[in-house]
Amino acid sequence: MPLTFAEKILAKKARLPETVPGQIVEITPDVILSHDNTAPIYGLFQRMGGEKVYNPDMHAVVLDHATPAPSTKHAENHRIIRDFVKEQGITDFYDIGRGICHQVLVESGLALPGEVILGSDSHTPHAGVMGAFAAGIGRTEMASIWAIGQIWLRVPESMRITVSGSLPAGVTSKDLALYIIGDQKADGALYMSVEWHGEAIRALPLSQRATLTNLMAEMGAKNSFIPPDQLTFNYLKDRARRDFEAIYPDENARYTVEMEYDAGIIEPMIACPHTVDNVKPLSEVRGTPIDQAFLGTCTNGRLDDLAAAAEVLEGRKIASGKRMIVIPASYEIYLAALQTGYLETFLKAGAVVESPGCGPCMGNHMGVPAVGEVTISTANRNFRGRMGTKESEVYLASPAVVAASAVAGEIQHPKDI
Amino acid sequence: MVNIQGRVWKYGDSINTDVIFPGKYTYTVSDPKEMPQHALEDLDPKFAGGVQPQDVIVGGRNWGCGSSREQAVVCLSEAKVGAIIARSFARIYYRNCLNNALPAIVCPEAVDAIQEGEMINVNLEEGVITCAAGEFNFPPLPEAVMEIFNAGGLIEYTKKRLEAEG
Repeated sequence: MPLTFAEKILAKKARLPETVPGQIVEITPDVILSHDNTAPIYGLFQRMGGEKVYNPDMHAVVLDHATPAPSTKHAENHRIIRDFVKEQGITDFYDIGRGICHQVLVESGLALPGEVILGSDSHTPHAGVMGAFAAGIGRTEMASIWAIGQIWLRVPESMRITVSGSLPAGVTSKDLALYIIGDQKADGALYMSVEWHGEAIRALPLSQRATLTNLMAEMGAKNSFIPPDQLTFNYLKDRARRDFEAIYPDENARYTVEMEYDAGIIEPMIACPHTVDNVKPLSEVRGTPIDQAFLGTCTNGRLDDLAAAAEVLEGRKIASGKRMIVIPASYEIYLAALQTGYLETFLKAGAVVESPGCGPCMGNHMGVPAVGEVTISTANRNFRGRMGTKESEVYLASPAVVAASAVAGEIQHPKDI
Repeated sequence: MVNIQGRVWKYGDSINTDVIFPGKYTYTVSDPKEMPQHALEDLDPKFAGGVQPQDVIVGGRNWGCGSSREQAVVCLSEAKVGAIIARSFARIYYRNCLNNALPAIVCPEAVDAIQEGEMINVNLEEGVITCAAGEFNFPPLPEAVMEIFNAGGLIEYTKKRLEAEG
């Protein structure tokens, strides 16, 4: 029987000839990812009677959610994690400033084609950009994997999205993803495996593809997959931590939903308050006043995102009385942005550049809005209260639009400033 | 608990984890016992003070979407909420419910019929919801998952498995 990507990889991991949607399989993941929540997971692990983890080499631990520590309480949380990785012999530990876990997993060659990655973070599907099966799970079940090395998974139904044509100039994969989320809504791919196919996807650089798999969490997907190609293999050449075998869906696999989009019709899109599926074309919300612009996150904090924003900000200034915060997604990106001069462009424009991590995305620190303020952000979530106070509004957009809005002091397209 | 009898707190579609348990507390409130006081804080400020053991939450589509934060389940299970009935659940939230032995029931017909504030009965074993408008059936949990549920949650389940493996 021809199988989708999800059916095929879960069959392989469960050592079964095939699987069907709805089937429950028990598997051992290849990589398990946890971040600042490693400490509370450790507490759950101990409550289960756990002493030594099942396999320290499965673990990737990245501090990113509140780094550097904004309070003593956060610092204590980090200390517990540092002690934990030492005591358990976990070597894939990335301390503060290394970057956001999803980006770090890719950069460190731990997101590999044909492998299963489970993370105690909802944006774990990000790693599907490299051809992995990557899904988010909860803390207790993460602790249980630490203890027994196994977890039950339901084989998901699959959605096949084919994108033909090519994106117009100035339109990014962020706009494409928001367009599709607006079309399919927040539960459009609930519990599904979302596969991306078509010439428009193959034409995207890896960083732009990652925006797609990252954002599928906002459509309810369990995982999201982009078929690995030469771009993927070239990137992994000096990074892959071990040999891997890519898995592709079969030709005539059966999909629960098949959709086709024409990239040529996509225009700059904005997710408006307070849900990611409240998507409108930029033309309908232009002129909305903003207080703060935020460029960064696992969704759009990579080098070409910073490049697009720097191009807009070159020789310009952030509007008087407005603020812009820039947070590269990783140390590697931070360094490259320093060497290419983007950071200088940001600083000269009047932006604040901060150290790699999640920053204010979920309201922890480094630029949370005041009551009544409006933020335009490159992040993946704009839920009420997401950035700290429920009395504020968050608009989501591409890096160039966020930069242009910082200059204009209101939501604007780069060509209109 | 096989039979649940409680008052209904009814909400709409796409209730996300940021309003069920705000992100700003995720690293400052770590004691599960303290979590109920922030439950649904940004959605319904009356909930935390008014919820009684066995009360039932009724939601629309995609209940619990957003972050994977398990506190959004624990703040309700610690408040002794009897069950959540919804049209559909976000998948990580659904898993977190089962792993914390909080019944998560998919039953769109019941969601339509149940009124805010009424007393309802949920029988987990028979898969029946009884409310003023009538009786509604829901499918039982998959067998593999029932084991975790019956153990009282994944902590107890894994504990037993670790002990058995010695």
